[in-house]
Amino acid sequence: MPQPDVPPGSTASEVELGRSTPEPQGSTGATGAADTAGGAEPAGGTRTATATGTAGADLSDLSAVGAGLDALDAPQRDSGRGVRRVLTAALPPVVAVVLLVAVWQVLWAAALWPEYKLPAPLDVWTSFWSRVRDGEVVGILWTSVHRAVLGFLAGVLIGTPLGLLVAKVRVVRAALGPILTGLQNLPSVAWVPAAVLWFGLNDAAIYFVVLLGSVPSITNGLVSGIDQIPPILPRVGRALGAGRLASARHILLPAALPGYLAGLKQGWAFSWRSLMAAELIATSPRLGVGLGTFLNQGQSFNDMPTVIAAIFLILLVGVGIELLAFRPLERAVLRARGLTGALG
Amino acid sequence: MTATLAVPPLATSQDSAVELVGVRKTFGRGPAAVTALDGVDLRVGAGEFVCLLGASGCGKSTLLNLVADLDQPSAGRIVRHTARPAVMFQEAALMPWLTAARNVELPLRLAGLRRSERRVVAGELLELVRLGGLGDKRPHELSGGMRQRVALARALASAGDLSGVGAGAGAGAGAAAPAPALLLMDEPFAALDAITRDVLQAELLRVWRATNTAVLFVTHDVREAVRLGQRVVLLSSRPGRVVREWDTRQAGADLVTGSGEHAAEVIEEITSRLREVISSHAAA
Ligand SMILES: Nc1ncnc2c1ncn2[C@@H]1O[C@H](COP(=O)(O)OP(=O)(O)O)[C@@H](O)[C@H]1O
Ligand SMILES: [Mg+2]
Repeated sequence: MPQPDVPPGSTASEVELGRSTPEPQGSTGATGAADTAGGAEPAGGTRTATATGTAGADLSDLSAVGAGLDALDAPQRDSGRGVRRVLTAALPPVVAVVLLVAVWQVLWAAALWPEYKLPAPLDVWTSFWSRVRDGEVVGILWTSVHRAVLGFLAGVLIGTPLGLLVAKVRVVRAALGPILTGLQNLPSVAWVPAAVLWFGLNDAAIYFVVLLGSVPSITNGLVSGIDQIPPILPRVGRALGAGRLASARHILLPAALPGYLAGLKQGWAFSWRSLMAAELIATSPRLGVGLGTFLNQGQSFNDMPTVIAAIFLILLVGVGIELLAFRPLERAVLRARGLTGALG
Repeated sequence: MTATLAVPPLATSQDSAVELVGVRKTFGRGPAAVTALDGVDLRVGAGEFVCLLGASGCGKSTLLNLVADLDQPSAGRIVRHTARPAVMFQEAALMPWLTAARNVELPLRLAGLRRSERRVVAGELLELVRLGGLGDKRPHELSGGMRQRVALARALASAGDLSGVGAGAGAGAGAAAPAPALLLMDEPFAALDAITRDVLQAELLRVWRATNTAVLFVTHDVREAVRLGQRVVLLSSRPGRVVREWDTRQAGADLVTGSGEHAAEVIEEITSRLREVISSHAAA
C-alpha cells in the first residue's frame, strides 16, 4: 500500500498537524488496511483504494490527536475535601452567632436598658428551654409549620399551571403578567384585614393570605425559567421528533427547572412571612396558637424573653426549611448542569 | 484539471435521498418581506455527501430547516425518500440536565423505545463516535469537540434507520423497511478550533462510510467543503439559488492524502467563484 511519507506540495495545514504527532508508521498502516477492508463504500463513492487506505492512516494519526485533545479538553473535577468544605461553610456563621450573643451579654451586663427591654441571654434561653421541655413548642411549631407547608403546596398546585399558561399563552401573559408582578411586590400582610372581613377569623383567612404571598412568586419563577430556555433546545427537540406534549415534558419543564426552583424557594419564603403576619394580626382562640400568636402573646404580657424566643423560632424554621429542603435540591439540580458558580 | 459539472448530475436511478424543485422561501409579508431562497433545485443521492457552500446570510440554514421539516417552503416541492432526517446544528445543544448517554437516548425515548433497547442503541452510537466510556458524563464535563460528537450520535439516533451501525441498532430502531438515512448538518464544526475541527472532519467521514447515510453539510468554509463533500454546491446570496456545482471526489481524496496540487486548484476555483458571487452584491 503506497504511503506518501511527506505529502508533496502539501498546503494542507491539517495534514501537517496530523503528521506532527509521533505516531509509529507501522501501526498507522495496519489501521489503514483495516479501515479499507471494513469501510463500507457508499453507493457511487469512487474514492480510490489508495485514497481510502491513506485516509485511514491519516485518520488514525488524527485519532491520536483526537485522544490527546480529549484528554486535554475534558474539564477536570476537583474532588471535594468533604470535612474541610463543611468546616469552611459552617464555621463562619457559628462564629458570627457566638459573637452576637457575646455582644448581647456585654450590653445586658452594662445595664443600659431596663431588664424588660433587654433580658439576659440566659433568661431567654431558660424561658425557651422550659417551653421545649413541657412540649409547648412542639404544638406551636406544628400549628404554624403545617399551615405554611399546606399553604405552600396549594400555592405550587395553583402557581405551576398558571405559570405554564402565562409563559405559553400570549393573551394570558399580557393580561396577568403585570398583575402578578404587582402582587409579588405587594406585602401580603396588606391582605390580612380584607381576609378577616371576607372570611372571618378562621383558617380560610390565613390560607388566603399565604396563597396571595406564594402564588405570584411561584408563577413568576416558572415563567422566567421558561423564558430563559435557549430557543435552540425546543428546536432540537422538534428535530428529534418531539411533539407539543412530549416537548413540554421532556424539554421545556426540565429546562425551566432552575428558574422554577428559584421561584419555589421564594414562594416558600413568602408563604412563611405571610403566615407569620397573618397569625400575628389575626389572633383568635379558634385559630390555635401558632408562632405568630405566640409572639403576639409575648408582646401582650410584656414578656421580652418570650418575644425573643418566638423570633428565634421563626428564624429557625425559615432557615431550617431552606437549608434542609431547598438548598440540597437546588444544589443537585445546578450541579448536574454544571452551574456551580453560584454555589461557592 | 477541475471536474466541473455544467449541469447537475442526472438522477441515474431513483435512489435519491432528497429532491428540491423550485423551492422558494420568503420571510414576512409586504414591503418588509425577505426572500431568502428562490428557485432552488437540488438533489442529494442516497448515501451521497453533498456540501452546501455560500456566504453567510445566503440562506443555507433556511434551506436546511426546510429539508428538516422545521419550516415550510413558500413555493416549490421538497421530496424526501428517507426516514426523518437527523439534524445537527452549529452548537451541540445537548440537554444540560441529561448525561451524554441519556442525550443520545432522548430521540429513542421520544420514538417510544423501551429502556433496555435505548441503552443498547445509545451504547453502540457512542462507540461509533468513540465516546464509549463517557456515557455517564454530563455535557459540561465534556470538551466542545466531544459535545459535538455526542450531538452527532444523538442526531444519528433520531434518524429512523442506521444500517451499518450494527444489527442491534437496526432492530432496535424498529425500521422494517430500511429507508436510506439522511444527515443534515448546519456548520457543525464552525465553532471549534482548527485542530479539533480537523479531527471531527475525519471522524465524520468515518461515520459516513460506516453508516452509509446521505449527508447534506452546510458550511461557509471552502476547504472544509472540498475535503468532506463528494459534490460541492455553491449558493448565491439574496435570494439564494444554486449557482454552480463541482464534483470534488478526487480533490477531497487528494486533500486527505496530501497530494494537494489538484485540490488546491479546485479550492482556488471555488473560492474565486464565491468571491465573484459576493462582490456582485456590492455592485448591485
Ligand atoms: N425567521 C426569519 N425571519 C426573517 N428573516 C429570516 C429568518 N431566518 C432567516 N432570515 C433571513 O434569511 C436570510 C438567510 O438566512 P440564513 O438561512 O440563516 O443564512 P445562512 O445560514 O446562510 O447564514 C438572511 O438574510 C436572514 O436575515
Ligand atoms: Mg446559518
